[in-house]
Amino acid sequence: MKKFDLLDGLVCPLDRANVDTDAIIPKQFLKSINRSGFGPNLFDEWRYTDHGEPGMDCSLRPKNPDFVLNQPRFQGAQILLARDNFGCGSSREHAPWAIEDYGFRAIIAPSFADIFFNNCFKNGVLPIVLPEETVDSLFKECAAQEGYRLTIDLAAQTVTTPDGDAFPFEITAHRKHCLLNGLDDIGLTLRHAEKIKAFEEKRKAEQPWLF
Amino acid sequence: MAQTLYDKLWNSHVVHQDEDGTCLLYIDRHLVHEVTSPQAFEGLRLAGRTAWRSKSVIATADHNTPTDNWDQDIQDPIAKQQVDTLDANLKNFDALDFYPFKHEKQGIIHVIAPENGATLPGMTVVCGDSHTSTHGAFGALAHGIGTSEVEHVLATQTLVAKKAKSMLIKVEGQLGKGVGAKDVALAIIGKIGTAGGTGYTIEFAGSAIRGLSMEGRMTLCNMAIEGGARAGIIAVDDTTIDYLRGRTHAPKGENWDKAVAYWKTLHSDADATFDTIVEIKAETIDPQVTWGTSPEQVLAVGGKVPNPANEADPVKRGSIERALQYMGLNADMPITDIRIDKVFIGSCTNSRIEDLREAAGIVKGKKKAASVKQVLIVPGSGLVKRQAEEEGLDKVFIEAGFEWREPGCSMCLAMNNDRLAPGERCASTSNRNFEGRQGAGSRTHLVSPAMAAAAAIAGHFVDVRDIL
Repeated sequence: MKKFDLLDGLVCPLDRANVDTDAIIPKQFLKSINRSGFGPNLFDEWRYTDHGEPGMDCSLRPKNPDFVLNQPRFQGAQILLARDNFGCGSSREHAPWAIEDYGFRAIIAPSFADIFFNNCFKNGVLPIVLPEETVDSLFKECAAQEGYRLTIDLAAQTVTTPDGDAFPFEITAHRKHCLLNGLDDIGLTLRHAEKIKAFEEKRKAEQPWLF
Repeated sequence: MAQTLYDKLWNSHVVHQDEDGTCLLYIDRHLVHEVTSPQAFEGLRLAGRTAWRSKSVIATADHNTPTDNWDQDIQDPIAKQQVDTLDANLKNFDALDFYPFKHEKQGIIHVIAPENGATLPGMTVVCGDSHTSTHGAFGALAHGIGTSEVEHVLATQTLVAKKAKSMLIKVEGQLGKGVGAKDVALAIIGKIGTAGGTGYTIEFAGSAIRGLSMEGRMTLCNMAIEGGARAGIIAVDDTTIDYLRGRTHAPKGENWDKAVAYWKTLHSDADATFDTIVEIKAETIDPQVTWGTSPEQVLAVGGKVPNPANEADPVKRGSIERALQYMGLNADMPITDIRIDKVFIGSCTNSRIEDLREAAGIVKGKKKAASVKQVLIVPGSGLVKRQAEEEGLDKVFIEAGFEWREPGCSMCLAMNNDRLAPGERCASTSNRNFEGRQGAGSRTHLVSPAMAAAAAIAGHFVDVRDIL
């Protein structure tokens, strides 16, 4: 997994609540057996005016000029600014895979759906919850200033605006440690292999019907 | 100290706890399907790891599989590759059960695990699928996970997790005639919103919940995720135990008695406390119909489509306007004036035998409206299909002009060929009415099996209570 420590990135605003994972990456792209290559199909139905299918060359497809990802000023954005309940619906990890593959490293919203939120951390993408009024003000500043950037400092747990306003955010110590060091969970968990085995043996003795 | 059911399930699975509260949770049952598992199996292979306990796995192909012309195999080469990859990953894997495409017991993973007794009270159950919440109906802690977590569970038999907050949703009283578990689920989501349960595990309780069959309880827990909660749970009672008795993987003999004694402790203690409590009177729940593009955009069948002008919050107003435009509906129009093009009865929410009986009860002796282009009946599993055929339900549907299909996820998410054309409107017993969910440009209205069947006959939504 990619490390995440300090990010100074261009911000792209997606001003809709309840953006679901079907919208983030439509089902036809879930047929892939790979983890990568989903970026060109991120928000496929909003981003293109034709119907997308796997295998199409997206550079040749007609784009919806009104959709934010297609606007010149947001090209190269690494921070997605979103509204409430971002990532609701299906548990598909293809959603954070598409977001990461497109080039986003962080998402800021007032709230996220639980499974999506969790999936982000497994892929080096940092989802940040900020209060609704803060997110509102970021949307306004982003609309007003072309080239609007934010600085995210994971170690300090802050999001800083160009004016120097710093907003703190919460993250569990475990997730922070994994992101800062680019660590996957499996290796960490297997350090507890003996504990898992002992737990399992006890369970087998007490509830043999589960095994 | 008094414990909630969630406390009991959580505490009995904690292998290790970090200082920040992050836990390693032992996983008893791992359900696997073709869409969210290939990258996990590949990750395992690349790291040179093997599965910790392959006997915890139940696997099937359901999302991509066609529901007709099985003799022609899978025509879509990418879908076929994914199903073939599952077959290859499960070959020599030594899973507890693997039901590949066309197996007589193949079906939707959330239907086949319970019907084979592979979901048991007191278990932790995970699957790379958000509707894993279904299994909470058995007093099991069950929720969806991502593919990285699928790999983690395969490799370690545990999940890295933090305990959620607890919510109690109490539905007391008697549900009216023609009102079922699906209406309860939609009414709850209408009340708490699609993010209302975010960060919570919801326990459903109250006399109306205890009165539900296991099928009904699965429908309700299935939709906990549409209310934002990863897991929904219901306490074990005689209904749970009676359902499990004699099923393939249910304990037998002395183990059965020991298991039942333990299962009977799986309820919240009388004086347990919850972070949030929501109370609903069963008598106030009418048959429900969603009108928008989020499950919270739902109304009683007697209602009228909302008018954005009446919404003060600009973000909510924008959502209503967008939804009306996408759905092709006018503000203030009665729900019963909405005419439909297609009907889908199926999905992990509503494809069990009781759902099919409910629909057939409405349809018997009637014909689908001429204006309705297609009605798909997709049983949840091979066993459900066989049972329905033994009861003659297939004939009721076929005589009404409906299509009787093979089991699978089908038009719930339209990964196979069962899908709506752009602009088509569907009465659907599935769980999500998101934009594009049933095909690009599709328009979905979520309803119960009875309401879907009634709409198929009338050509528009009707109050099913008027025809019972």
